Amino acid sequence: MAELSRELLFGAIVAYVIAMMCYAAEFVIGVSAPGGALLGARLRDRELVGAGAPIAERSSAEDPTPVSPPASGAETSGIQWPGLRDDAAIGSSLHTDRGLRWLPLYGRLAVVVTGIGTLLHASGLVTRGIAAGRVPWGNMYEFLIAVTLVCSIAWMVLAIRRPAIRPLGLIVTLVLVVLLGLDLIVLRTAVEPLVPALNSYWLKIHVTLAITASGLFMTGFCVAALYLIRTGYEKRVADGRPVGFPYTLGPRLPVATNLERLTFRIHAFTFPIWTLAIMCGAIWAEAAWGRYWGWDPKETWSFIAWVVYAGYLHARATPSVKRNVATLLAVGGFAVMMVNLFVINFAVSGLHSYAGVG
Amino acid sequence: MTDVQQQAAATGAPDPDDADWTVTQDRTSEAAPSDGGIGFRATISFVRRSWRGLTSMRTALILLFLLAIAAIPGSLLPQEKLNADKVAAYLAEHRTIGPLLDRVGAFNVFASPWFSAIYLLLFISLVGCLVPRLRGHIVNLRRVPPDAPARLHRLPVSRSDLRFGGTPADAGERLRVLLRSRRYRTVVRSQPDGSVTVSAEKGYLKETGNLLFHFALLALLIGVAYGSWFGWHGGRLLVAGNDSGFCNTVSQLDDLSLGARMNAADLEPFCLTLNRFHASYLSDGQPVQYSADVSYTVGTGNGPATTDNLRVNHPLRLPDANVYLIGHGYAPIVKYTDKYGHSVTQVAAFLPQDGNMTSTGAIMFPDVNINPATGSNVDPKTYVKQQMGFAGFYYPTVSTTDPTDASGSVYPAEDNPMLVLVPYRGDLGIDNGVPQSVYTLDQAQIDAGRLTAVDPSSPLRLRPGQTARLDDGSTVEFLGTRQWVSLSLRYDPGEKLVLGGAIALVIGLLFSLTGRRRRVWFRVASDASGDGRTVSVASAGGLARAEYASFPVEFEGIVDAAVVPGASDSAGSVGGAGSAEGGAGSAEGGAAREGT
Repeated sequence: MAELSRELLFGAIVAYVIAMMCYAAEFVIGVSAPGGALLGARLRDRELVGAGAPIAERSSAEDPTPVSPPASGAETSGIQWPGLRDDAAIGSSLHTDRGLRWLPLYGRLAVVVTGIGTLLHASGLVTRGIAAGRVPWGNMYEFLIAVTLVCSIAWMVLAIRRPAIRPLGLIVTLVLVVLLGLDLIVLRTAVEPLVPALNSYWLKIHVTLAITASGLFMTGFCVAALYLIRTGYEKRVADGRPVGFPYTLGPRLPVATNLERLTFRIHAFTFPIWTLAIMCGAIWAEAAWGRYWGWDPKETWSFIAWVVYAGYLHARATPSVKRNVATLLAVGGFAVMMVNLFVINFAVSGLHSYAGVG
Repeated sequence: MTDVQQQAAATGAPDPDDADWTVTQDRTSEAAPSDGGIGFRATISFVRRSWRGLTSMRTALILLFLLAIAAIPGSLLPQEKLNADKVAAYLAEHRTIGPLLDRVGAFNVFASPWFSAIYLLLFISLVGCLVPRLRGHIVNLRRVPPDAPARLHRLPVSRSDLRFGGTPADAGERLRVLLRSRRYRTVVRSQPDGSVTVSAEKGYLKETGNLLFHFALLALLIGVAYGSWFGWHGGRLLVAGNDSGFCNTVSQLDDLSLGARMNAADLEPFCLTLNRFHASYLSDGQPVQYSADVSYTVGTGNGPATTDNLRVNHPLRLPDANVYLIGHGYAPIVKYTDKYGHSVTQVAAFLPQDGNMTSTGAIMFPDVNINPATGSNVDPKTYVKQQMGFAGFYYPTVSTTDPTDASGSVYPAEDNPMLVLVPYRGDLGIDNGVPQSVYTLDQAQIDAGRLTAVDPSSPLRLRPGQTARLDDGSTVEFLGTRQWVSLSLRYDPGEKLVLGGAIALVIGLLFSLTGRRRRVWFRVASDASGDGRTVSVASAGGLARAEYASFPVEFEGIVDAAVVPGASDSAGSVGGAGSAEGGAGSAEGGAAREGT
């Protein structure tokens, strides 16, 4: 059963890699085809209007340059596409240009393959649990499988509910492949029962909450990172400066205000979960170690992450703090989460040393 | 504090963009220029400006980040409170930077002045921000929604040319009922020009939750402080057996840390004995379960003993003390018979060094080799006491293939135990009153030559029941082992407050993040251009603050329900037929009218 779990998880990685290539194909065709950037933007706007009703109108009304960045993006790549000024032109181009005709297909294929990957991933976690005869998050290997699964599920929910943000799939699958691959290859641990300290119903509560929060923060990080790319791209275009990597990814991304709002919503949703995770950890710590808070390295870094994310939420609610500065804090928060996961588990010993890697 | 903005917040201008309406006040803006020149005024101005700076959101954010950064060394450097041995090792290894770090409190970060300064400033900033906000919020809660702005079409969402039957007053009443049914706080105002404005507001829970969250943080801090003042914690290593129980007094605890407002007499009186300890392991040595059967009596009297099973995650909870099982080990029992035939048996706890319970310790026999003729164990030639001490290793399972103990213990349970002892004879150095470790022989005595190894070349290797003979004809017998557990004893009276604070914090957080404050206005005027029937024409506008993407949807829903009776779930009341429901709300509406 443990072997089956492993094979399923490798299958999930393969699916994520294929999905990543599909996202990349959609991305590349969308950017490099003549007027593709503009086309992509138009398609997205239509999808947005369809999905989000009047907000899209309102947000584009707020946005000082709602359509011009994609258009000037086409200009910066040195290609003019004068014909694409109305929907009829878009429609005809869909039929005339071979590459563009396949554009929506790649996107849909990517989402479907990501979905297959998510299912394989989930069955990998379930079979691991069956093999171990307990909840499958007793060590770092299992923890990371579960965290990436939450991220993947969150992404699927977003991608289905908001087709417009599909280009983000490229970075989400990239993060999934890197972390899950690292987990399967480096952190592999044999199936074992729980150590006595973990043998408590709080494992189900505290660790489940921590996994959920970590996975959702991971999704939030992807959106935040792409918001920063998009906003950097828009700024460069507005200033007439050359657009270099990673801002070259910008033209195919949704409008910055939408990405920013999504970033906030994911983090506002996840922050209470993370707060609860820490709280339940404290209650468990009181029963297991005799104190609810002891500045154990894991606790300390959870606290730091909490503070950084709280700072993000405050900074975003403060009008005088720029939105991209605030979003940098969200990215910083995820960096702290990763330090807590990797650096603390490998380099620092503490009461939370259950990783099975030391 | 009477600064301009807060007065504005307290009195409340009808403008939708009044000061308190911004979700988070950023109160760093300069005060009105003072007419000072007088030192006192300048000082007041300086203090006021500093206070305003401290309580601004920007400062709070910076302090928040300083707190996060300040916590980092606490996790990367060893900490006194968590592991004093590691601190000592670090200091020994880093001779230059170690003492420097020690001086700035880097080994006790979370009790250091700079860490405390950051969080105290943060909480002062919090109080300074919260008190005016609480005042503003209370004023807000008691205030009626402000009158409609002059140009409704300039609001983020608006509709115009809405037509109603009846007079503007009728239309206003219908709108009031509609908005009340949607849980809006609603007020209808008659304007001098004969038109009617309807103002409605909703989402006060957001700020309520916001304030609850931040006050919960304060409660949490107070709970932590209270716990550290009135709590205590101690430790005790307890060997199994009726003869080795202990009572919760200062002298019988291995270590004790009393809160600032606690006396030793305040300790919860109880006595506890370890009857049996059991650990189960997997075949690879991973522990599965630790379980300690204890019996205890509460109170000073000799009441009946109660038994309990102490496990990890399952502490013993007494009224004002909790007992936690945090470690375990083996205590070899050794009988030493000196050359005069006098026997002493000692049980000495050995400390585990690895996961397979390779343990080290020392067994000391201070009262042996007493010459029955002289009544003393001092050697008449060297004037050095002839006490006995054994430095030892205990292996619960030595490898059967490797007969030496080089690889240490290979399994944590006692499958193939072996005790290795190095006998020392001389002055143990324990009679001079200086506290000394019971787990090692005094290295200073060994270095000084007052305590010497009997035969350094060959340590004694003993199986349970085996006896070894020393050079002077004395014997050492390894009788077996007893288990011991290390217990942590704690009492923290602040826990309940901290837990309550944490729960309030989460509830406040949920309201704060999900609440959406929004206002809706209608302005209704009579339309004379009609065909003789009384008709009203209205415009509507809405404004949502904070994150509320689907407010336009809600706004359109309200407007549609108002215009088209029957399009709404509250159709009956909109149609004007719901006079009973309207009557229920009219008392409040009347009060609101008085208020304006």
